[in-house]
Amino acid sequence: MTRVRVVSELSYLEVFRILKGESPVASTTKKHVQSPWGGFVFVLPSILAMAVFVYGMIGWTLKISFSHLNSSDSTDNSFAGLKNYRDLFQDSDFTHAFSNLLKFTGVFLIGTLISGLIMALLLEKGIKGEGFFRSIYLYPMAISFIAMGTSWRWLMDSARDKDGTGLNSIFHMAHLDFLQNDWYTSERGAMFAIALPAIWQMSGYVMALFLAGFRGIPDDLREAARVDGASEYKIYRHILFPQLKPTFLTVLIILGHISMKVFDLIYGIASKSYVTKVLAIYMWQVIFDIQDFAKGSAIAIIILLCIAVVVIPYLAYVNKTEEMK
Amino acid sequence: MSSQLVDRVLTKDIKMNAKRKLNGNEQFFLVFKYFSLVILAIIAALPIYIMVINSVKGITGVTQSAAFVPPTHLNFDAWGPVWEQMKVPMGRTAFFVIQSSIISAIIGSINGYVFAKWKFKGSTFIFTTFLFGMFIPYQAIMIPLTQFNQWAHLGGSIYVLVFAHVIYGIPICTLIFRNYYAGIPNELIEAARVDGAGMVRIFRTIILPLSIPGFVVVLIWQFTSAWNDFLFAIFLTGGSPNLAVATTALNFITGSGNQVYYGNNMTASLIVSIPTLLVYMFLGRYFLRGLLSGSLKG
Repeated sequence: MTRVRVVSELSYLEVFRILKGESPVASTTKKHVQSPWGGFVFVLPSILAMAVFVYGMIGWTLKISFSHLNSSDSTDNSFAGLKNYRDLFQDSDFTHAFSNLLKFTGVFLIGTLISGLIMALLLEKGIKGEGFFRSIYLYPMAISFIAMGTSWRWLMDSARDKDGTGLNSIFHMAHLDFLQNDWYTSERGAMFAIALPAIWQMSGYVMALFLAGFRGIPDDLREAARVDGASEYKIYRHILFPQLKPTFLTVLIILGHISMKVFDLIYGIASKSYVTKVLAIYMWQVIFDIQDFAKGSAIAIIILLCIAVVVIPYLAYVNKTEEMK
Repeated sequence: MSSQLVDRVLTKDIKMNAKRKLNGNEQFFLVFKYFSLVILAIIAALPIYIMVINSVKGITGVTQSAAFVPPTHLNFDAWGPVWEQMKVPMGRTAFFVIQSSIISAIIGSINGYVFAKWKFKGSTFIFTTFLFGMFIPYQAIMIPLTQFNQWAHLGGSIYVLVFAHVIYGIPICTLIFRNYYAGIPNELIEAARVDGAGMVRIFRTIILPLSIPGFVVVLIWQFTSAWNDFLFAIFLTGGSPNLAVATTALNFITGSGNQVYYGNNMTASLIVSIPTLLVYMFLGRYFLRGLLSGSLKG
């Protein structure tokens, strides 16, 4: 078992070495070329850029969020403590946007994970026409949300029956009238509806990640299980899925952070509509319409924190496995 | 490494069904599989299908009740006026996107080279701090960035977007190139060092000639994300019509209040999507490689 895995992790260069009859070991004992300063000098400009424009500016946003800059003509830069954050949690628009975002994240994560996994499972063993299906599933990643918003707005139009367009008219024609609904304008289901385009957009990406995961598992593992008489279901359940744990983790991190900052997708379809308001949209309103920079910064910091609590441990884990290599 | 990941995704040939007669169960299962694949493909294609068929029905020929019905004859009436509206913003977008992608790729290749092959003390940690920049919500830097923009008087020109996409593209471009260069054997570099070549010379004579696929991946990635970007564009240009880019101009056309002109809206959305779709169609493999590189672990 372990031997098989080791083989799968060989790079193709190492495989070439084996094919040429050489030992693959020589290149696996990596000696990194050490140079004390040469490399550092070349990345220094980027390090400075990251320090100023990522970390410095996050710090600056944090500072604004602790200030009294609550209107466009305010110059009161003094320290306000957590006032803006406290105000936010009293603000019904904020709590509304936050709970919308949590709903959206739940639906989007589960929906995308399931549909991406189904696509990958269907294609995973190799099937005629695979390239065609893969390309169709993945093309949404290449188009902007603002452009796709036009189509989706139409598909999810709330008019019904004879006046219906889009999905409602399809349901009407198929005599599935109970499926007709108000989509992203409905009071209760708006976040579910607005998650559909997001699922549509990201499923292909998740499929690609899972396909890569499946195909990283050596065929011998399946063959061995089959010889032992395991059913297909058991092979997936006990052999393949456990091997995909890192892929699941990656997918969750990617989808999760995309979900927390979702902006164009919702803006492109529903603009600033109340029922689909999430944190990023609310922040945009606070900054541009109300010009409350302190409050806007506080919202931004909250989005950042939501992402950081998940991403920082993940990066620490990646960093650790990287150093172990 | 991401290139191997892509090979994994792309080169699984049909070993399973190779010319073996399938039994009844397996045949049924295969039909079921294709059925599901086709249903999923129809769902995936629906939004772009609507866009395409409704863009060739003319300006007034688009009715909601016939939204899914293909046109009886092709009518490109909507294309002319929409193109008149969109050509300047799209040209402007092309202008800045090409520059920002090239600069990003150059910076990324230098960084990637150092982080993969010339590690210094703390370089892994620094690289990880770069990666965090990939995950941050741009909202968290947007207010200081607009202030910086005003302070540095960048706001009046399109170069503010070149600047933003270059700076915030550093993490992903560095990551893609680092993963790419990690696949180049260290022996190659050591041999060159024995021959007396230094860091810069090795980069120029050995690494760069091998980098073309890496450049294609990064250029495509930066092109697609900058072309489709809305957040930076709307914040940094403040919605000024003199600086309208593809997405902001499109949003101006299709935004609420203008939703009666379906033919125009669909056509404009399609026209804006054509450049990235063409890139996807012809260089899909490299696009996929960029996507998988973004997943960090490969």
